[in-house]
Amino acid sequence: MLSRLSRCLASSSRVAQRRLISTTPRRRSDALFVHRDTPYNNPKIPFEFSPENMKRADDIIARYPSQYKKAAVIPLLDLAQRQNKGWTSISVMNYVAKLLEMPPMRVYEVATFYTMFNREPIGKNFVQVCTTTPCMLRGSTEILNTVCQELGGITPGQTTKDGKFTVIEVECQGACSNAPMMVIGDDFYEDLTPETTKKVLSAFTKGEKPKPGPQSGRHTSENSAGFTALTSKPYGPGEFCSPEFQ
Amino acid sequence: MFRSSSSTTQAVLKASTSASRVARPFRAKLRSQRSFATVADPPVRRYGGLKDQDRIFTNVYSRHDHGMKGAQSRGDWHKTKEILLKGDSWIIQTIKDSGLRGRGGAGFPSGLKWSFMNKPNWQQDPRPRYLVINADEGEPGTCKDREILRGDPHKLVEGCLVAGRAMNASAAYIYIRGEFYQEASHVQQAINEAYAAGFLGKNACGSGYDFDVYVHRGAGAYICGEETALIESLEGKQGKPRLKPPFPADVGLFGCPTTVANVETVAVAPTICRRGASWFAGFGRERNQGTKLFCISGHVNNPCVIEEEMSIPLKDLIEKHCGGVVGGWDNLLGIVPGGSSVPVLPIKKCEEVLMDFDSLRDAQSGLGTGAVIVMNKSTDIVVLSYLQFYKHESCGQCTPCREGTTWMSKMMDRFVEGRAHQREIDMLLELTKQVEGRTICALGDAAAWPIQGLMRHFRPEVERRIAEFQTVNGHVGFGGHLSSAMDETLAVPDNLGLRAPEPQPRA
Repeated sequence: MLSRLSRCLASSSRVAQRRLISTTPRRRSDALFVHRDTPYNNPKIPFEFSPENMKRADDIIARYPSQYKKAAVIPLLDLAQRQNKGWTSISVMNYVAKLLEMPPMRVYEVATFYTMFNREPIGKNFVQVCTTTPCMLRGSTEILNTVCQELGGITPGQTTKDGKFTVIEVECQGACSNAPMMVIGDDFYEDLTPETTKKVLSAFTKGEKPKPGPQSGRHTSENSAGFTALTSKPYGPGEFCSPEFQ
Repeated sequence: MFRSSSSTTQAVLKASTSASRVARPFRAKLRSQRSFATVADPPVRRYGGLKDQDRIFTNVYSRHDHGMKGAQSRGDWHKTKEILLKGDSWIIQTIKDSGLRGRGGAGFPSGLKWSFMNKPNWQQDPRPRYLVINADEGEPGTCKDREILRGDPHKLVEGCLVAGRAMNASAAYIYIRGEFYQEASHVQQAINEAYAAGFLGKNACGSGYDFDVYVHRGAGAYICGEETALIESLEGKQGKPRLKPPFPADVGLFGCPTTVANVETVAVAPTICRRGASWFAGFGRERNQGTKLFCISGHVNNPCVIEEEMSIPLKDLIEKHCGGVVGGWDNLLGIVPGGSSVPVLPIKKCEEVLMDFDSLRDAQSGLGTGAVIVMNKSTDIVVLSYLQFYKHESCGQCTPCREGTTWMSKMMDRFVEGRAHQREIDMLLELTKQVEGRTICALGDAAAWPIQGLMRHFRPEVERRIAEFQTVNGHVGFGGHLSSAMDETLAVPDNLGLRAPEPQPRA
């Protein structure tokens, strides 16, 4: 056994980079979890909250018990991501860790677990097309294809060459009665058809911001053929209540 | 009706039962056996048809002002002080009497759950106590809480105060999913207005009771809708569910007694207290009382969110409020009645089930969140097993779920094409049984149930695909390996199924 090991070691010194038989196959970095220093994403790039965001951050931290400051990590990462052009770099994570006095690893854990933290730069408009079942039933595949075509034939996960749009496919966004839908930035664009999708995207290309919400003309999630409920004026305070609360 | 001549009696009875069966298909199964001593049929009650005056969420479509002024004109914050002064046991008793069951999916009686916070001698526990509102609405098909958050945020904030008073909580955290930016800002606005009006904070509503409400925005993880995962996430960790016990009512958020409740459950509490438990209990069947927000999506002509009476027949709900199924009722393939984690119902069952916890449980499905996903015959049912979703959202903590979701989704992907051995259907079912109930939280179950539902009702379709694929490509072994690709010169183990005969199709 020992002789075999020494032989193995000897051979490994002869041929550099040779792996022992017991090691797992080496995988190259997966974009999802492993950080590798790059010119645009390394710990040397400084990051700091702007004064008004610092005020917001203090306000957020004050919501949690003082000994549980780290509870603010998700809201603060979100705030920092907004300041950092929509993505969470390693410096952002380190800064939040320092601010909340927690080990950086705990912040990395959080940032890799939640899907809303982008750890690669994204375009100016972040387009998220929902493709979960209720949207799929109402034609989200077509919407996704339209979006990709409109933006110059990119595939989900890619950014356009001019850096204006990033498209990704996401899971349920919670607007199922208004399917199919996509999210651009923070706004929901619902009840889409390929035509309205094109219209929304072209407005964003021009730098405008179209009205969020259903694009089919309905107000929110009512029956589009006319109200089947809540047609009358809502009842007022104390109406229909038991006598002591009237 | 009861005549002396037995033969005529029987004839009359037969006629009356058969007539009632034709006229009232929904009731036929639910009525207890009729004895000869019964003088007349008990009056049959049809559920549904809720009036506007009985709807709790009057701004569900955001047509009116969602701010304080609009909310007060719709009756929110009306005599909240009197409710608070009634004390914790009165509120809990009212909620118990109203028969309210949790609206987040599990359907646990809310009054009972809230009472767990007030154990004997709870006053001697120096720890703070928390109410956590689960607004991490992520179940595919569900979009009811969103409408409450943006249209009626004051109902929720007032509900936090009332429910918080009932369980003697010191603060409430509203955990809103990160994608709901607009909704979170509406809730934040409502909280700010309530603080400004003196309804929250020290001496809330002048009742002498201190209560704070905070908003916490999540960052996109379906698993954080599970109560202990939500607590973990709120503490600033990865949203991985905790083992129970200890239950959150003992050790929850920040190590303190905590109750996690759904938005809708909490938001209806003040209205129930004001209008009386008997009013709320007057809707729906026994043990399933109340009104409920249903959200209907998929292949209906007019998808919508609607507040209706519990126990409304599923067919009525769709015909009345959504303009029917696209292509007519006969074009229906199946309905998922309660969000993606409950099994699908075939058309035959869709005709007779009532939308409540018990009826859907009897139909081997569940009410879940009341998210009705309708699928007509243009749907490829095998594609729709949501496994990509569960695979994406599994937190990775328990092995059966982490590996099982990937494994099941790989198998289902092959079934879509039909590239499988017939025996693999049973293998898949066995796999679902081994995932189900062997994980900390219910996500493993939620991934397994849709497959079981699919195979329960649509197995012939899967078998047909496999047979079709095999007629074109020849025999397929386990794992989708083609027999034709097998090298006969090698020693191929028998357990690959490459030579295993197909079971005969069932008649």
